[in-house]
Amino acid sequence: MKMLINVAETVVADALRGMAAAHPELVVDVDNRVIVRRDAPVAGKVALVSGGGSGHEPLHGGFVGPGMLSAACPGEVFTSPVPDQMVRAAAAVDSGAGVLFIVKNYTGDVLNFDMAAELAEDEGIQVAKVLVNDDVAVTDSLYTAGRRGTGATLFVEKIAGAAADEGQPLERVEAIGRQVNENARSFGVALSACTTPAKGSPTFDLPPGELELGIGIHGEPGRERRAMMTSGEIADFAVGAVLADMTPRNPVLVLVNGMGGTPLLELYGFNAEVQRVLAERGVAVAHTLVGNYVTSLDMAGASVTLCQVDEELLRLWNAPVKTPGLRWGM
Amino acid sequence: MLDADFFRRWMTATAASVDREAERLTALDSPIGDADHGSNLQRGFTAVAAELEKEAPRTPGAVLTLAGRQLISTVGGASGPLYGTLLRRTGKALGEASEVSEDQFAQALRAGVDAVMTLGGAAPGDKTMIDALVPAVDALGDGFAASRAAAEEGALATTPLQARKGRASYLGERSIGHQDPGATSSALLIAALAEAHGE
Repeated sequence: MKMLINVAETVVADALRGMAAAHPELVVDVDNRVIVRRDAPVAGKVALVSGGGSGHEPLHGGFVGPGMLSAACPGEVFTSPVPDQMVRAAAAVDSGAGVLFIVKNYTGDVLNFDMAAELAEDEGIQVAKVLVNDDVAVTDSLYTAGRRGTGATLFVEKIAGAAADEGQPLERVEAIGRQVNENARSFGVALSACTTPAKGSPTFDLPPGELELGIGIHGEPGRERRAMMTSGEIADFAVGAVLADMTPRNPVLVLVNGMGGTPLLELYGFNAEVQRVLAERGVAVAHTLVGNYVTSLDMAGASVTLCQVDEELLRLWNAPVKTPGLRWGM
Repeated sequence: MLDADFFRRWMTATAASVDREAERLTALDSPIGDADHGSNLQRGFTAVAAELEKEAPRTPGAVLTLAGRQLISTVGGASGPLYGTLLRRTGKALGEASEVSEDQFAQALRAGVDAVMTLGGAAPGDKTMIDALVPAVDALGDGFAASRAAAEEGALATTPLQARKGRASYLGERSIGHQDPGATSSALLIAALAEAHGE
């Protein structure tokens, strides 16, 4: 598989150097792999730190900036960052008001952030954590590592980020983050596997006439493989899977998320089908976001995330945000 | 008796073995994981070997705690904290003695493996590194060669299992039929132990 890279070993560092050049409003520490908003620490405000394997861009580095994350720690491709990065990030952004770690539920991310939280607390930094686990494709939580963190991460980072920006205290920002996660569910499908730079070929074999249902964001195959379906059939299946796990009483935020290799033309078409299903099921939509936000390298496919919002959460969602990946109101 | 030099040889032998087998580990990680186990461990153990050369710790315990810390700081993913904890806790259990007996080492390694089970929450049969490490520790009383054979057998025996921990667990029944990459790298670690002992 051809890739626009030099060598696999420097993919992450190269991307960080490029990000630094494109975004002077961020401080990108290429050697230590930490991306920090330039005006950090922001006096009196809770700081948000997230991170995870690379390959999901714009998540998380592209969501650093006013109204969202204070810092992000990119790991190797699909590999959790190490505790040293998270402690460094926390120390760089803590104003004394505490730091919220936003952690996607994968064994590696959880273990490394847990170690980092302990180390940061040893340095006198107050740390709270929100675990994101929104993927309904993982049905058997007892015999798995539990539901994965996917599209809802964007909602948690944006809404908790807005709460922090308003000057709300750490316990409150943490509670809001947890509430957003509890209100959100996702389901993803893949039309192709992705290719990691280290391997150089697709991570699994997906024949042309088939699709994979219930995928995560690491090129891991899903729960089930079926003959290729239309956009409308996929929307029925994906939204159906999400609504089988939640009954929205409030309007929902909708994220129609591309996995990285599907054109926006197709994503908008898919969104039309998602909105049709939601209308048929009587689910009110507060706001919709369509694009590549929580990606899996070059994988073709999409995920749907629904997040119920009350007036407070919707107000925080609509609050101004200024990051490379998400920007409105400022 | 086993001295600091033996434990350094263990770590450099592991680094060389992970280097040789990196592609196979990544290939095993491909159908049931995310195709990076080999490159991640390669990065970690290369850093361990370099750090040991630089720092030259003088006790067995210090060699392993340094190696463990280095893995935690360089590998990431689940493997970093898990392998890092294995070595760090084994090293701590060895204390500050300049030499340790094979029995003392076996006990210390058991403490390390227990710490991995606590941290990762995995039990034997979950299709993880534990499936190679537990039989390896159990067989250590019969010598390093026996331990190596037990670890290799344990790794091979993960093939028919359904994963219940880690990323492979998301596949459910589809994880059956693939050898676990973590158990495989654990078997390499134990094989390097025998190699360092000249067996």
